[in-house]
Amino acid sequence: MSTDLAIETSGLVKVFGKTRAVDGIDLAVPAGSVYGVLGPNGAGKTTAVRMLATLLRPDAGVATVFGHDVVREADAVRSRVSLTGQYASIDEDLTGTENLVLLGRLLGHRKPAARERAARLLDAFGLSEAAGKQVKNYSGGMRRRIDIAASILKTPDVLFLDEPTTGLDPRSRNQVWDIVRVIVAQGTTVLLTTQYLDEADQLASRIAVIDHGKVIAEGTPGELKASVGAGSIHLRLRSADQRPEAEAILARTLGMEVQRDADPVALTARISGDESDVGAAGRASAALAELAGAGIHVDNFSLGQPSLDEVFLALTDHPTEQEAAA
Amino acid sequence: MTTATSSETTSTSYTPVAESLGAVVAAGEQPPRPSALSASITFGWRAMLKIKHVPEQLFDVTAFPVMMTLMFTYLFGGALAGSTTDYLQYLLPGILVMSVVMITMYTGIGVNTDIQKGVFDRFRTLPIWRPSALVGALLGDVARYAMASVVILVLGLILGFRPGGGLAGVVLAVALLMVFSFAFSWIWTMFGLLLRTDKSVMGVSMLVLFPLTFLSNVFVNPETMPGWLQAFVDVNPIAHLVAAVRGLIEGQPDAGEITWTLVSGGALLAIFGTLTMRLYNRK
Repeated sequence: MSTDLAIETSGLVKVFGKTRAVDGIDLAVPAGSVYGVLGPNGAGKTTAVRMLATLLRPDAGVATVFGHDVVREADAVRSRVSLTGQYASIDEDLTGTENLVLLGRLLGHRKPAARERAARLLDAFGLSEAAGKQVKNYSGGMRRRIDIAASILKTPDVLFLDEPTTGLDPRSRNQVWDIVRVIVAQGTTVLLTTQYLDEADQLASRIAVIDHGKVIAEGTPGELKASVGAGSIHLRLRSADQRPEAEAILARTLGMEVQRDADPVALTARISGDESDVGAAGRASAALAELAGAGIHVDNFSLGQPSLDEVFLALTDHPTEQEAAA
Repeated sequence: MTTATSSETTSTSYTPVAESLGAVVAAGEQPPRPSALSASITFGWRAMLKIKHVPEQLFDVTAFPVMMTLMFTYLFGGALAGSTTDYLQYLLPGILVMSVVMITMYTGIGVNTDIQKGVFDRFRTLPIWRPSALVGALLGDVARYAMASVVILVLGLILGFRPGGGLAGVVLAVALLMVFSFAFSWIWTMFGLLLRTDKSVMGVSMLVLFPLTFLSNVFVNPETMPGWLQAFVDVNPIAHLVAAVRGLIEGQPDAGEITWTLVSGGALLAIFGTLTMRLYNRK
């Protein structure tokens, strides 16, 4: 077992009744980075995290955290991980301070030390003013922050963040992202589940895409994007009359399907990612030259990388491409 | 809604400062693992904090025992003992046991609702002695049982009850009752983990508690009961607890009954404590 892996799983399975919630997941999470687990609702993300955090027993397969088996050495795993669950894992009846002091005491701090640490964390997370209020009166963003603060009372080696920004407004979401970046910079490995592609793109250095309990793709955000094509070209024509002709030329030169946008003068085409010739830029410029040669007036154009949204749809909606990518 | 407005302000004006955040994260030293006792006491402290924030939950340990004592003293007193004062002398130790034992069922309901929320997930990922969350919750409940006992005893004294065993007898009796109730409560933590809703926990609790408390020596001397019922009362641990508590309060401690109570308490703890922890680890 390699030492630079924080988490390693092989053939992890969890069955609930007839549902195979997690159906043979293999992961290798390098230490010291953010690893994104991306998938829609019900893909098995939470179940997988709960097994890694020792809350659920796997039905089959092996999972280790820094070499410690999550079943046989659960206590050793518990001393190295922290979990911020999808539902606030904070006592809503208690105040912010009481929650943190309670957990500080449970981690072995004496009362004065626990109080001091709670106060410092509340301050760093911008919760000093709300420290004496019951958590049930906190806003969604504050709740998330106190939850994460509770998870780093003792700096964990691995932090599990299960959908940390679901239901948050953009501003609170950015705050959580900033916090995650600081935590990782201190050497903690973060395993982050999310259904937001931009979140994984923003934070994670590697991503596993999960659907129906299986990993359907894995790699860096760049690799995943490359697996569905090199990018796309977006055109705006001077006149809508020329669109059918332009569409035909693009389809021929790029060899990919061309999509008519809602705007009657706009077209979008994917550019294939094969390495045989001039590359994406060459193909795009060749296509533009063809259009100019045919007398089609292009007002403006842009080249774009495929978004992770496109990656995700390509992976989950089309069975053939799914196999190709996996 | 001034609170909501002010919390919103705090939320939006916050910008994470990398330096201060980083400093707190980096300062997260690793203290030694807390002992089983210290972890349990910390969870007991949590239960106390919950009482502080939600004092309504004390209703069951104040109003309920008062109602039980008044109701049964005046309902049965005249018929069973000729006068309510005479009956109170017999009934009070029994009703003390009955009320506290009945209150133990709220333990299971509490565990059940607590586990529905996410906070138990966090407790279960902490490297602490596994049963401490439940033991701590039960320690908090024992404090509630003690409160109920004080309420009943004070009410009894006001109504004319006189304990022959004096203060020492009463304190020892309540202590024995607390020890037994702590052990007995593990039945409810088991059901709290086993059953899906708090309503079903309540239903099962009633089903167990009514026969155990009524088919005993709480209200009447079992000598007037038919033989088969006496046989049940003879093995009913609640009946032995009542006899032991009554003896201590009256100043005539019965070593046999006290031993019976402690042994049955130990057995309950061993059986239901084990089952509870098994369910807790698997949940």
